[in-house]
Amino acid sequence: MQLDGKIPSGPLKDKWDNYRFKAKLVNPANKRKYKLIVVGTGLAGGAAAATLAELGYHVQTFCIQDSPRRAHSIAAQGGINAAKNYPNDGDSIWRLFYDTIKGGDFRAREANVYRLAQVSNNIIDQCAAQGVPFAREYGGMLANRSFGGAQVSRTFYARGQTGQQLLLGAYSALSRQIGAGTVEMYARRELMDIVLVGDRARGIIVRNLVTGEMERYAADAVILATGGYGTVFYLSTNADSCNVGAAFRAYKKGALFANPCFTQIHPTCIPQGGDYQAKLTLMSESLRNDGRIWVPKDPNDTRAPQDIPESERSYYLEEKYPSFGNLVPRDVASRNAKEQCDAGKGVGPTGYAVYLDFADAIKRDGRDVIARKYGNLFDMYQNIMDDDPYETPMMIYPASHYTMGGLWVDYELQTTIPGLFALGEANFSDHGANRLGASALMQGLADGYFVIPYTIGPFLADHGVSEVGVDHAAFAEAAAEAVDRDRKLLAIEGKRTVRDIHRALGKVMVDEVGMARNEAGLKQAIGSIQTLREEFWQNVKVGGAADNFNLALQKAVRLADYLEFAEVMALDALTRDESCGCHLREEHQTEENEALRDDENFCHAAVWEYTGYGSEPAFHKEPLVFENVELSQRSYK
Amino acid sequence: MGTDTINITLKVWRQGNAADKGRFETIPVSGVDSHMSFLEMLDTVNEGLILEGRDPIAFDNDCREGICGTCGCVVDGIPHGPNKAMTLCQLHMRKFEDGDVIAVEPWRARAFKVLKDLMVDRGAFDKIIQSGGYVSVNTGSAPDANALPIPMAVAEKAMDAAACIGCGACVAACPNASAMLFVSAKVSQLALLPQGRPEAAERALKMVAAMDQAGFGNCSNHRSCEAACPKEISIINIARLNREFFKAGVLSEAS
Repeated sequence: MQLDGKIPSGPLKDKWDNYRFKAKLVNPANKRKYKLIVVGTGLAGGAAAATLAELGYHVQTFCIQDSPRRAHSIAAQGGINAAKNYPNDGDSIWRLFYDTIKGGDFRAREANVYRLAQVSNNIIDQCAAQGVPFAREYGGMLANRSFGGAQVSRTFYARGQTGQQLLLGAYSALSRQIGAGTVEMYARRELMDIVLVGDRARGIIVRNLVTGEMERYAADAVILATGGYGTVFYLSTNADSCNVGAAFRAYKKGALFANPCFTQIHPTCIPQGGDYQAKLTLMSESLRNDGRIWVPKDPNDTRAPQDIPESERSYYLEEKYPSFGNLVPRDVASRNAKEQCDAGKGVGPTGYAVYLDFADAIKRDGRDVIARKYGNLFDMYQNIMDDDPYETPMMIYPASHYTMGGLWVDYELQTTIPGLFALGEANFSDHGANRLGASALMQGLADGYFVIPYTIGPFLADHGVSEVGVDHAAFAEAAAEAVDRDRKLLAIEGKRTVRDIHRALGKVMVDEVGMARNEAGLKQAIGSIQTLREEFWQNVKVGGAADNFNLALQKAVRLADYLEFAEVMALDALTRDESCGCHLREEHQTEENEALRDDENFCHAAVWEYTGYGSEPAFHKEPLVFENVELSQRSYK
Repeated sequence: MGTDTINITLKVWRQGNAADKGRFETIPVSGVDSHMSFLEMLDTVNEGLILEGRDPIAFDNDCREGICGTCGCVVDGIPHGPNKAMTLCQLHMRKFEDGDVIAVEPWRARAFKVLKDLMVDRGAFDKIIQSGGYVSVNTGSAPDANALPIPMAVAEKAMDAAACIGCGACVAACPNASAMLFVSAKVSQLALLPQGRPEAAERALKMVAAMDQAGFGNCSNHRSCEAACPKEISIINIARLNREFFKAGVLSEAS
């Protein structure tokens, strides 16, 4: 299969302008005739639905939560990047582009990433105009901070609640359109299937989570903004309802899935307490701006952290990476934490934690300054751990946080199914093998506010208004399939709960498809996943009925997807016989345990095509062409 | 981080659907790890119920880090439970003693219909925002973000108000089931900022009208809302709302 990224011609700096000039427009008077479905109301989906409605399209939007204000974008704490260069410290669109490409270890498309950097500035303008209460300097100008590996201060923030405030901005724009009647909002709905008519996306089947009913909606195009698949690890920082369902349904209907093994582990999470716990709480890595990470030099040191003198502490990141220190990228910070703990130097009751210490920062800036920057994070930590981080260092450990892989999309954010688009974390397009801090919010809003409103136009202009309605047989068929799956799951009546099997799957994924991977482990993981999948379909116990709110059934459907999808992740990790970004194959590392890329053989997006239940997916490549940057070995020394 | 375990008894509200009458069910729970969060305790109870072939307790939750505003029920008579300034997902079992009997109920308000067990429909909050809780600015039409300086103190006050997570605890706590704290937080945030001033009067009028229409009660200064708010939204916002509303009624073109 030939994958056409539809990269516009011309120099990198002109591609987006060229595209917009050449793109067909939909006549303003015709826009209201087009019906667009947007699934997901996070930053990408909320921004897209609001903006498309402002342009005049007829939008229907769906979310799994009880309100579009609650999507998981809300949990992002640290900030959002933009190339404003307000601090006059050398930033530019080009530098933001370059940092993002390099941070992704040269596994993303130049043209997409450049466009992202270009529109980043518009996002800040838009959000400020909506009334997002960004942090300010005394003179009233917007404040910036350096964040997650950047050597310039380009991150805008609203206390530790940036994701919340940006999402509420998008939600307010969306609410304005709902109020105006241009958007129909359906909450507590979960996507069950994409409906295809003649290979083109024509609508969706959703479960009404309250009544259990399978509902049908038809449209001229379907936009998925349904987030990532981090909960495949069971242990993750993601919200309870996050799942791969929508993207996986698209994959099963023929949309290709790119780089599923590219998953990001976040270095600053609160360690796990016990088996009952799936949710790990993330604390913004902005904490690493002022906190210093260390472990005792002696693995047998059992003293309280305050009692360990400076000379007996190992500030391992500062020692190993003098110029970046505690601000090394997430994967480097995560792997180093694991390495220290594997070497027995970990702290806390499980031995899987390292210290993050604010004593020096408090001495330097005073408690008030630190409290203003991180107060809510410190409170959160104290409540969960029953320990005061102003007095004793925090304990942190890495956890699954973000997934760079996703549905393959072209420059227009269209999947390989015509009329099906994917935005934000649900697509694979901008972060390559690793995502820089404060870039997820940027990409979600870029896709929603400033990309899809342009790139959906040519598709609609080319195809005209759809005549297909929900009475088409394809809708009945897809709904019947979803009902049938429910019936099967409810009929198993086995002995293990969904949660129990999910926990087992998560253990396999964390151990073998997590922070570090190797051939033997991945092969073993594939076997274990297949065995668990068989067991699930024979021994799961769901209970209840399909005709009302049934959380166990909802979760069973999501886990069934993961039990198939996890295998694609492991297969992708096995096939990518190099290390890059967050994908560390133990066979390929430098002497300092850094990822060792193989640009000769793996400078491509790995793209997977569904070939049937239990059958190995077909493999395709989209070669990545770098015309503007030189592929360098990442070094954060 | 002790690993003590306690035995508790839940008296939990069970209601099949919105039309069902509902009743309390008593569920003894033994061996609860005190390091668990309250919701993790409910997860564990539900695992047991599912294996016994019984209906698990339906409760809303999502992010489990206190920011999405999805979770919340009344624990021993207090919205979000005994911890001040915290959502239910942040309540830990170490706050309870061995032998405790814990009553768990949904938010109770005319405007929040119970959907099942502890789940309620908070769609009325969305309707209020849709009536005017925004700045009317289309994507693409914004000036440079630094073209409009905003004093730090003003931005901070706006942020204080903007911290509302829309959980509904204020309504559950209020003897009148009033949504004044929720409405006032949004009205204040946008009225404090210059971006929000052009529509401030109209916004106050429309949002108050939407609040009344949804069936929320009036504010009679009990301040229970402020005490229950997991984000410590201050009732100073209600004073601002009253001022904006009054100004709009007396002075503005919008009236």
